[in-house]
Amino acid sequence: MILKISKDIKFSNYYKKLNLLSLSLIILSILVLLFKGLNLGVDFKGGTLIEMRPESSQVGISEIRQSFIKMNLGDINVKKFGKENDYLVKIEVKKSTDENFILSINKKLSSDIGSQVNFRRVENVGPKVSNELLKSGLLAICLSLAAMLFYIWIRFEWQFSIGAIVALLHDVTITVGIFSFLSYEINLSIVAAILTIVGYSMNDTVVIFDRVRENLKKYSKISISDISNQSTNETLSRTLITSVTTLLALFSIYIFGGAILKGFSFAMIIGVFVGTYSSIFVAMPILNYTKVSQKTILKKED
Amino acid sequence: MLYFSKIKLLTIYLIIIFLSFFASTNFYSDKEIFFLSKNINLGLDLQGGSYLLLEVDAKPLVNQRLQQKVIKLRNYFEKNNIKYKKLILKDKKINFILNYNNIKEFEEYFLNKDNDINYYYNNYRSYEMKYSIKNNDIFIEYSKFGLIEINNSAVSRSLEIVRKRIDEVGTKEPTIIRSGNDRILIELPGLDDPDRIKKLLGKTANLTFRLVSDEDSGFGSELISFEDSDEKLNINKRIIVSGDNLINAKPSLDNQTNQATVSFTFDRVGAKKFGRATTDNVGKQLAIILDGKIISAPQIREPILGGNGQITGNFTFQSATDLALLLRSGALPAPLNIIEERTVGPDLGEDSIKSGAFSLLIGFLLVIAYMIYKYRLLGVIADLALIVNLILLVGILSVLEATLTLPGIAGIILTVGMAVDANVLIFERIKEEKRNENSNIHAFDMGYKKAQSAVLDANITTLISAIILFFLGSGPVKGFAVTIGIGIVTTLFSAYFFARHLTSYYVLKNKNKDKDILI
Repeated sequence: MILKISKDIKFSNYYKKLNLLSLSLIILSILVLLFKGLNLGVDFKGGTLIEMRPESSQVGISEIRQSFIKMNLGDINVKKFGKENDYLVKIEVKKSTDENFILSINKKLSSDIGSQVNFRRVENVGPKVSNELLKSGLLAICLSLAAMLFYIWIRFEWQFSIGAIVALLHDVTITVGIFSFLSYEINLSIVAAILTIVGYSMNDTVVIFDRVRENLKKYSKISISDISNQSTNETLSRTLITSVTTLLALFSIYIFGGAILKGFSFAMIIGVFVGTYSSIFVAMPILNYTKVSQKTILKKED
Repeated sequence: MLYFSKIKLLTIYLIIIFLSFFASTNFYSDKEIFFLSKNINLGLDLQGGSYLLLEVDAKPLVNQRLQQKVIKLRNYFEKNNIKYKKLILKDKKINFILNYNNIKEFEEYFLNKDNDINYYYNNYRSYEMKYSIKNNDIFIEYSKFGLIEINNSAVSRSLEIVRKRIDEVGTKEPTIIRSGNDRILIELPGLDDPDRIKKLLGKTANLTFRLVSDEDSGFGSELISFEDSDEKLNINKRIIVSGDNLINAKPSLDNQTNQATVSFTFDRVGAKKFGRATTDNVGKQLAIILDGKIISAPQIREPILGGNGQITGNFTFQSATDLALLLRSGALPAPLNIIEERTVGPDLGEDSIKSGAFSLLIGFLLVIAYMIYKYRLLGVIADLALIVNLILLVGILSVLEATLTLPGIAGIILTVGMAVDANVLIFERIKEEKRNENSNIHAFDMGYKKAQSAVLDANITTLISAIILFFLGSGPVKGFAVTIGIGIVTTLFSAYFFARHLTSYYVLKNKNKDKDILI
C-alpha cells in the first residue's frame, strides 16, 4: 500500500509548530496581496481578451506584440496559450462601444503580421459589468463562508464552527496568496474554484468533527487532545484516499483539460492540499484551544 | 441497513433504467425515434457562438420626452393666457417662472389626474412628474416611476426590434431576453459572424429625410457631416418624413450604374408628405440622414409621388442589405450599448469538448483503478456505483435539458473524484466496525449506519457551495454549479441505494466466510 501510515500519530504534538507555519503563510499571503495585488482578468477589470491562432506558424509572439503596440490600445499583454501557435492577448480598453472594434483589430493585425488570424475566443467586458461581477464574486465567497459557519453552528457547537471557519479563511487566503505571488489570473472560474475549495475543505473538516463528537460521547475522561488525535487517526485513511481520488481527477483536468481550465484546476489542486492540511492542523487545534469537552456537546442534548 | 424490500429495489432500478434511457438519447443522432427524447444543450463555450449583454441607454430618451413636455407646457400656458417667464430645460429639469396668482391654478391643473402633461399611474399611485416651487420658480422633473415607465417601454420596444433584426439575419435558435431593469441578454449559438449582428444592434436606425438648407446657417438648420467623409452640409431641422412611415425596404441594384441601393416604400401618410415636399422643392438637395449622419444628399429632379424611392450611397450589396434590414425593423427608441461580449469560435468549442471528454476519461480510469487497488471487490462495487452515478448525472441533466459548459465538464470530472468519498467513508467505517463485531453482516450494517451522518454532512457542505455559486455565478460557471450540485444528489443515491444493495448482496452471499476476506 502506498498510504501505509501507522494509526497512532500524535498530531497534537505538531499543532503549535504547524500553527506558526500557517500563521506565517497567512501573513505572507496578505503581504503579497497588499504589495503585489491580484492579477485580475477581464471578467473583473474590464477590457478585452482575445484568444487567437495565426494561420501561419511563422508568426512570433514579438510580432504580435509589436502590432498591438502600434494600434495604441493602452495596456497590452500578449502571451502564449495552450498549443504551440495559440496566443492570448489582453487589452485594457477604455472605451469599447465601437461595434467594429474587434473587426478592425483583426484587420490591422492580419496585415501587420502577414497572415490571417483566427480569433478563437473574444471576451469584452465593460467597466460596469466587471464591477458587478467582482462584487457578486466577493459576495458569493463571503456568503458561502457565512453559510458554512451557520451550518456547522447548527450541526455542532460554536467551538467547532470557529475551528471550521478559521480553517476556511486559512485555505482561501493562502490559495489567493499563491495566485497573487505567481501573478496567475483571477477570473470567474477561479471564484468557482475557491467556492469549491470552501466546500471541499469543509467536507474534510466535518468528517473529522463528526468523529470527534462521536468519541466525545463515548469517552468522558479522555482529554480533548487525545480525542482529536484518535479521531484524526481513525478518519485519516478516508481523508487521504478521498484527497487522492480528487487529486487524480484534478490532475487529469490540469494536464488534459485544455488551457481554459488550467487556472481553475490549479486553484483546486492547491485547495485540496491546503484544505486537507487545514482540517487536521488548523480546525482541530482550535477545538483544543477552546477546550471542547464532553460537556460541550452534552449541553445541547439536554 | 442491508435489507431491501422488493418495492424499494424495484423503485431504485426503475429510476436507474429511466434515467439511463434519457442519458442514452444524447448519443443517438437520429432523435426522431424517441418521442420522449430530451437532450443536454451545449453551452456557447462548447458549440461556439456569441453572448451579448446590451444596455438600453434611456438618457437621450428622457431628454427627448422632456423637450416634448416643454412644448406641451408652452401650449397650455398660451391657451389659458398664463404669463410665464424663462421656460427652459436644464439638467433634466424643466424650469419656469409664474406669477404668484397663477401658481395655484397651475398646480391644480398639474395634479388633476386627467391632465395631459403629467400622467397619473394608477398602478403606482403616483404621477409621472414631480415638481417643486422655490419662490415663483417652478421646477419639474421625472418622478421615480416616470423614469421606470420610460425605461420599461424603451426596453420592451428595444427587445422587440432587436428580435426582429436578429430573426432577419437568420441565426439558429437565438435567445433574446430581458435582463434586469435596463438590459437585454442575447445568446447566439453557432454564430460565425458576430460583427455583423453587433453592427446591426449598434445602430439606432433613426432615418429622416430633410432638405439641405440654402442659408449658410441659422436658427432652423444645423451642420451635419456625411457618414463616410468629414464633409458637412447645412441641413434644415424640419423633418419631411421619418423612418416611422416606411413600410418596406429592400436592397436592389441600380440598372444603370450597377450600384447597390436600398429601395423603400412609404405608407400612405409618408407618401403624401414625401410627394408634397418633392413637388415643392424640385432642384433642391434632399438629405437622407441615418443616426445623425448623412448617407447621401441627391438632388430632387422630379416630384416623387408614388411613395417609392431609392437611397443611393456608397453601398456594397451587403451594407445595402443591412440598411434595408434596419429600416424594415424600425428605429430603436434609445441607443443600445454592448456592455459585455463573449464569443467563442466553433473550432475552439470542438477542441474544448475533445479535451474535456479526454480528461474525463483519464480521470475516470485513474479513480476506478485506484479504488480497485484499495478495496478489491468492494472497489469494483464502488466503481459500478461511480458508473451508475455518471449515468444518473447525465440522465438528470438531459431531463432538465440543462446546458453543459466547459466548467460543467470540469464539474463532472470533479464529481468523479469526490463521489467515491461516500463509499470510502462507508468502507473505512466497515473496516473499523469489523474489529468490534463478530459477524460480517453486523459490521457492514453498523458501517453503513455510523457513516451516515458524516456522509450527509460532507455532501451538504459541498451542496451549499454549489447552490450559492448557482445563484451568484454567471454564464459558464453556472454550468459548473449545476453539474456539481446534481452530482452530489446522484452520488448519495448511488452510494446509499445502488452500492449498498450490491454490497448487501455480496455480504449475504459470503456471510459465513472469514471476515478478513471481505474487505
